[in-house]
Amino acid sequence: MSQINMEVSQKDLQLNPNLKSKPDTLTRIFFQKFTKNKLAVIGSIVLFIIIMSAVLAPWIAPYKFEDINLLDKLKPPSKEYWLGTDRYGRDIFTRLLYGGRISLLVGFCSVAGALIIGVSVGAVAGYFGGIVDAILMRLVDIVISIPSIFLLITVVTIFKPSVANLILIFALISWTSTARLVRGEFLSLRTREFVLASKTIGTKSYKIIFSHILPNAMGPIIVSATLLVGSVILSEAALSYLGLGIQPPTPSWGNMLEDAQNYTVMLKAPWYPFFPGLLILLTVLCFNFIGDGLRDALDPKTIE
Amino acid sequence: MVSYIFRRTLMAIPLLLGITILSFAIIKAAPGGPVAMLMDPKMKASDREKFEEKYGLNDPVYVQYFKWLGNMAKGDFGESLIKRGTPVSELILNRLPNTLLLMTVSFLLAVLIAIPIGIYSAMRPYSPLDYTFTVGSFLGVATPNFWFGLILIMFFSVTLGWFPTGGVATLNAPFSLWDRIHHLILPALVLATADLAALTRYTRSSMLDVLKQDYIRTAKSKGFKEKKVVIKHGIRNGMIPIITLFGLMLPSFIGGAAITEKVFAWPGLGQLFIDSAFQRDYPVIMALTVISAVFVVIGNLLADILYAIFDPRIEY
Repeated sequence: MSQINMEVSQKDLQLNPNLKSKPDTLTRIFFQKFTKNKLAVIGSIVLFIIIMSAVLAPWIAPYKFEDINLLDKLKPPSKEYWLGTDRYGRDIFTRLLYGGRISLLVGFCSVAGALIIGVSVGAVAGYFGGIVDAILMRLVDIVISIPSIFLLITVVTIFKPSVANLILIFALISWTSTARLVRGEFLSLRTREFVLASKTIGTKSYKIIFSHILPNAMGPIIVSATLLVGSVILSEAALSYLGLGIQPPTPSWGNMLEDAQNYTVMLKAPWYPFFPGLLILLTVLCFNFIGDGLRDALDPKTIE
Repeated sequence: MVSYIFRRTLMAIPLLLGITILSFAIIKAAPGGPVAMLMDPKMKASDREKFEEKYGLNDPVYVQYFKWLGNMAKGDFGESLIKRGTPVSELILNRLPNTLLLMTVSFLLAVLIAIPIGIYSAMRPYSPLDYTFTVGSFLGVATPNFWFGLILIMFFSVTLGWFPTGGVATLNAPFSLWDRIHHLILPALVLATADLAALTRYTRSSMLDVLKQDYIRTAKSKGFKEKKVVIKHGIRNGMIPIITLFGLMLPSFIGGAAITEKVFAWPGLGQLFIDSAFQRDYPVIMALTVISAVFVVIGNLLADILYAIFDPRIEY
């Protein structure tokens, strides 16, 4: 079958020199599988739009996020204010753009931090095994056992919730699942022949861990990181909603909802609480769709 | 079996100790420690010494930890710093029934809806209805539950006036069952949504695995009706992982319910925790953190034991 295909493509090449026969590289297989998952593709496009509008907020936003206009309090969506205004007459569309910057920044940076901790702990535990593994995994068990919302609230009330602190706290709390995952991958990979080969020629442990085993474990790590970004964005919104996260006047999707949770707002301006929540939902949904698509695309076992 | 349960329980002990150490360390990291806020900054030096003596602040940290641990083992969580003289255990016991009620109802709601949907999806995978449920469960997982609660309050309570905006019962009214149910519907619905979504996905994938098995095909080829095969042979095996999920999900309700309780002004443990955190009532925070972590550990233990009981293929 492949023989015939090759002949055909060779003939095509002779007929049409512009037509190149591309080999099936891993990247190409990955893209083919990923683009087959419609939800993942839609998720990527929507997320790209959300990220770009957050990054370009200062250039897109029609107003300044802290501009108060008391004459235009709780105005419904109109040509002037696309998504209406809040209790201080601030433009909701503008504040949503700026709020997205904070939510996404906290999401991405926290997960980057959690990955650094989780991958290191998991790699060391899985590679060395034995007593090191036992101690590190008990540490994971302890952190996982305490409900994360309690841990978050406690730590945030003790240390002031600046953006940097929030990122640090989220990283320190959410590394555990990555550590467990990486440990599992390392446990199964460390007995493979290519690791043994490296060991016999005297390669240093850290080199085996980072340049030989880790690249083979990247697939599941990327998938879980994608899903983690979504869950961190949800938790950050919940904290800000309680008034424990990003402090006003800096907008975040969560603290806009806190602001909107008010009887007069709900009665007079029901669209206000609707938009920030919808954006959180949409963003988290995108991350989950993409994570799902990546899972299938990075898994060598799923063959069409 | 007995020895397995015994071994598994023994393994939980160092874990519990670790949890108490971590909780203690976090609170100790607070500037000035847990009782600093009780001290009057204008306090005289001699009074300050008496104060520090009374709360054992002069003891080495490990002595303080063991005292705290010892008291906790006896069920003494100390006194609330905000409501002076009220034992923490009393505060917790007062709130416990409300949280248990909300937890149980929303959990039952989630299970009763999720399992039939999951089984149907597994029987007709990739059908239009399965796709609908799949997208629905993605939505359920991604929805911030406080926002969902807010929207429900806005629509059903504020605009339509069908449900109360919060609380467990109408204030100063005599007890009535309908009134309690009326207050329970919205918070239980919100709390059930996320678990409903997760539980549907688990049931679907577990049932899909089972329905692919040879014994299912054999039963079908013998001419049994599909319904009968699924109910008699499929569900029995497909539910094993789900049963163990209960053990893992139940304890998460204390933490998971916290924000929902806050949205609906539901006077349960979660709201007690949030309020105490705002007021820096450290004894309450520490007690609730440790108790909920203990629940998680017990839940995990229960999950493992249930697995061993229900799945005879497991060797232990």
